[in-house]
Amino acid sequence: MSLPLPVADSPILGRLSLAALPLHEPILVVTFIGVAIGGIAVLGLITWYRWWGILWRDWITSVDHKKIGIMYMVLGIIMLLRGFSDALMMRAQQAVAFGSNQGYLPPEHYDQIFTAHGVIMIFFVAMPLVTGLMNYIVPLQIGARDVAFPFLNNFSFWMTTSGAVLTMISLFVGVYARTGWLAYPPLSGLEFSPDVGVDYYIWGLQIAGVGTLLSGINLIATIVKLRAPGMTMMKMPVFTWTALCTNVLIVAVFPVLTATLVLLSLDRYLDFHFFTNNLGGNPMMYVNLIWIWGHPEVYILILPLFGVYSEVVPTFTGKRLFGYSSMVYATVVITILSYLVWLHHFFTMGSGASVNSFFGITTMIISIPTGAKIFNWLFTMYRGRIRFELPMMWTIAFMLTFVIGGMTGVMLAVPPADFVLHNSLFLIAHFHNVIIGGVLFGLFAAINYWWPKATGFRLETKWGKRSFWLWVSGFWCAFAPLYVLGLMGVTRRLRHFDDMSLQVYFVIAAFGALLIAGGILCFLIQIGVSVLHRDELRDTTGDPWGGRALEWSTSSPPPEYNFAFTPVIHDHDAWWDMKTRGSERPTEGFRAIHMPSNTGAGFILAGISLVLGFAMVWHIWWLAALSFAGLIVTAIAHTFNYRRDHHIPVDEVVRTEAARTAQLAAQG
Amino acid sequence: MIRRCSLARRLKSGAKALSVVGVAALLAGCNAVVLAPAGDVAAQQRDLLVISVVLMLLVIVPVMVLIVLFAWRYRESNEDATYAPDWDHSTKIELVIWSVPLLIIICLGAVTWLGTHVLDPYRPIERLEHARPVDPAVKPIEVDVVALDWKWLFIYPEYGIATVNEMAAPVDRPIQFKITASSVMNSFYIPALAGQIYAMPGMETMLHAVINRPGVYDGFSANYSGAGFSGMRFKFHGLDHAGFEQWVATAKASGRTLDRAAYTALARPSENVPVMRFATVEHGLYSAALNMCVTPGTPCMADTMMKDAHTAGQSMAQAMDMPHGAADSAHRPPAPSLSQPITGAGLIAPAERAREGDRQTL
Repeated sequence: MSLPLPVADSPILGRLSLAALPLHEPILVVTFIGVAIGGIAVLGLITWYRWWGILWRDWITSVDHKKIGIMYMVLGIIMLLRGFSDALMMRAQQAVAFGSNQGYLPPEHYDQIFTAHGVIMIFFVAMPLVTGLMNYIVPLQIGARDVAFPFLNNFSFWMTTSGAVLTMISLFVGVYARTGWLAYPPLSGLEFSPDVGVDYYIWGLQIAGVGTLLSGINLIATIVKLRAPGMTMMKMPVFTWTALCTNVLIVAVFPVLTATLVLLSLDRYLDFHFFTNNLGGNPMMYVNLIWIWGHPEVYILILPLFGVYSEVVPTFTGKRLFGYSSMVYATVVITILSYLVWLHHFFTMGSGASVNSFFGITTMIISIPTGAKIFNWLFTMYRGRIRFELPMMWTIAFMLTFVIGGMTGVMLAVPPADFVLHNSLFLIAHFHNVIIGGVLFGLFAAINYWWPKATGFRLETKWGKRSFWLWVSGFWCAFAPLYVLGLMGVTRRLRHFDDMSLQVYFVIAAFGALLIAGGILCFLIQIGVSVLHRDELRDTTGDPWGGRALEWSTSSPPPEYNFAFTPVIHDHDAWWDMKTRGSERPTEGFRAIHMPSNTGAGFILAGISLVLGFAMVWHIWWLAALSFAGLIVTAIAHTFNYRRDHHIPVDEVVRTEAARTAQLAAQG
Repeated sequence: MIRRCSLARRLKSGAKALSVVGVAALLAGCNAVVLAPAGDVAAQQRDLLVISVVLMLLVIVPVMVLIVLFAWRYRESNEDATYAPDWDHSTKIELVIWSVPLLIIICLGAVTWLGTHVLDPYRPIERLEHARPVDPAVKPIEVDVVALDWKWLFIYPEYGIATVNEMAAPVDRPIQFKITASSVMNSFYIPALAGQIYAMPGMETMLHAVINRPGVYDGFSANYSGAGFSGMRFKFHGLDHAGFEQWVATAKASGRTLDRAAYTALARPSENVPVMRFATVEHGLYSAALNMCVTPGTPCMADTMMKDAHTAGQSMAQAMDMPHGAADSAHRPPAPSLSQPITGAGLIAPAERAREGDRQTL
């Protein structure tokens, strides 16, 4: 099979033409106008307040892990709004499209929406939020001044953002993939998806994947090499342990995703036949490869949140974490086992009974260490003094929700049971149960928990509680009906239904999605109200919750250099240990501090990558060649930048620390 | 359409009854076909589902109760509760929290291993229902299934007929499905009958099942396959002997022939396709569809692979400096022929797989 219509491509614009703009889609036109107005308003505000300089110097070019962490979180929350809009549109379509009513979304639009929803929620919501959290917290928890490779960190963030931007561009220029979020061939091959949708998918993920992989390497190096003296592996906070395991998983499996997408690109661009139906291609190879990345990916998402719960529970019960060692071993066991279960995503592809049983049983075995973790949190609560602040509320909701998701997961791990539930709405309910109930609830616990550390003021609780209750009730309202529908034999990704008796369940689910929308709104209001009332919510102690790990020993927000003196660690609850032993904060003897310097190279490289991706999507070959050359030249030019570090003068350190001393003295 | 979930009569043990009552309460009034199927394979799959839930609830219910109990008992305002801020280890508790889930998973793992082998879709079924073994004299009815964009083609080689978007089978007669696809991946699924299996182009998967109760059941694709996916549905009729004969006769009466030209026209993308019936089917059409060579002049995949294997053998023989004939005859198994289609998904050819199944029963 030859490439279709190569002659139709213009040498200047490739496949790009005015026809690529969705002017005939009212939903997209209105969205575009809204985005344009919002964008212009934001740019106007920045100009009005003369923030461009601050934005460039203090944020865009920053190599400070704390600022990069915050930027990751902002990216994740913005993309959450996009991903959730997709969810609302799907729920609305499925709630009305019964019998003679075809709903309001034609297949070419609906099929893009469920693909984009999955891709965005995993790659551009969950991943940035998790990475941002690790970026912010890990160096503080191990007593480091930054990550091991600060420039790389900035570059990683901007690559992730470029991937997200390229994915968002597909909304207004061309189309996105209509293949489902894992783009199985042959459907995602050139023969059945000839337009740019799958190319947007490929290049968006490839660019973001570079960022994810490099950030994984960075955090492993940070945790392995930059721990404060005395912090042996078994004295690391559990969150740092889970971050380490997650990044090991990232480094091990993201190259698999990259390679798989390269093979798919070769099929689409150069007429290779890895995954086509003819000439020796085999789509089953793709399904295996993508899940060899895909299953560890879900543990990449959940493990850091297991770490969050392990920080939150001891803090709010005022008690040491029960079973620290077994928590660590459980994490490591999960990490290893997560490589051995990928086939459970396609028991129905015709593997033999022994192969299916093997992967079913390895999957079940993962529930043992996961169960041990739940028990450990449970026995940390036992004989504690539990304060039901928001992070703890999210944690309790997580424990109650996640065990159900775990149970349905093991049900799906029994191959014969999977044969009747595979690809059904039961499966959809299951993985939302663990991703919302595990990852998202954990992220909300983490945001509420560490917000005062990052900003210097707490999040207020009234809107936080509203958000909590709306999210939790909304989750169950949206996904309990999906469990039921799955047992009624209803499959996923359907755009229209004939059986009217199903409608009531979809209406309930849509109502649940509205409750969640309320939860997101309350969360945004919570942030807004907290910013307005930041003076009343101010945390001057640096330790608003009675924390246990090292990040609570610094001021809120921490100074650029995190710690004036590198602390010496004697216990995994390092700060708690310091507090109980009455260790004194040093107030003199400061020295100049060696820090990395900001650079715009990461932003520029990522920007060029975005152009490269766009050119590849649209077959604008000259631009692709030019931007690729630009990428190489910029990277080489960056190696001649010798102003990579600076010293914070001793005066400035003394001033900062004196202010902190005064602040601590003022509160008694 | 409201039908009572009639599960109770299928129950064997008290524990199972307990859980199903819970699930049934949740699903009161719905048509949960997965929990109340009409075919023995699906029923056994349902049983495994229920067993796994019961086993897991043994640990999940106590955990959920303890979470709520501890959260309440050890709330900050309860000054009466013991407070032990430094208590962080208990070997006894650790032993329990690792071993209890382990024991449950050992049980579940054993059930899984057995169940997966008994319910291997490639394995011919051995019973019609509990305590009703298959009569060895009864030959299973073969149905060749082709997933097209976006409709289902069913070929009945024994009767020489074919249908689109409707299929039927006699009650209590084993069915052997051979499944492939023309373009992209689909999943062939009749929830009332048996679990699903992927339909993939150029490859053949198999499914063995039996329908125990007459009725009309839903069938569809359970794997997204493009724009017309939502309409890729069909009705499966479980019929008594006379009913099935009549159904075949209706197809025969249609007078239409499914030849290569008709297949090629049918394979073009179309949505929400109404039921079609064909009185005769061109010989070898399914095999051609499976090998993606319905269009005259297209090389069949089995032939291409045979040729490739032959070429590879030749070059290997040259590389090893061996006479061609020796390498060919001494080291390679006989090449497959079209009469024995390749089975991509199964790592083992169906014939060998059946033998493997026999071994496992021994």
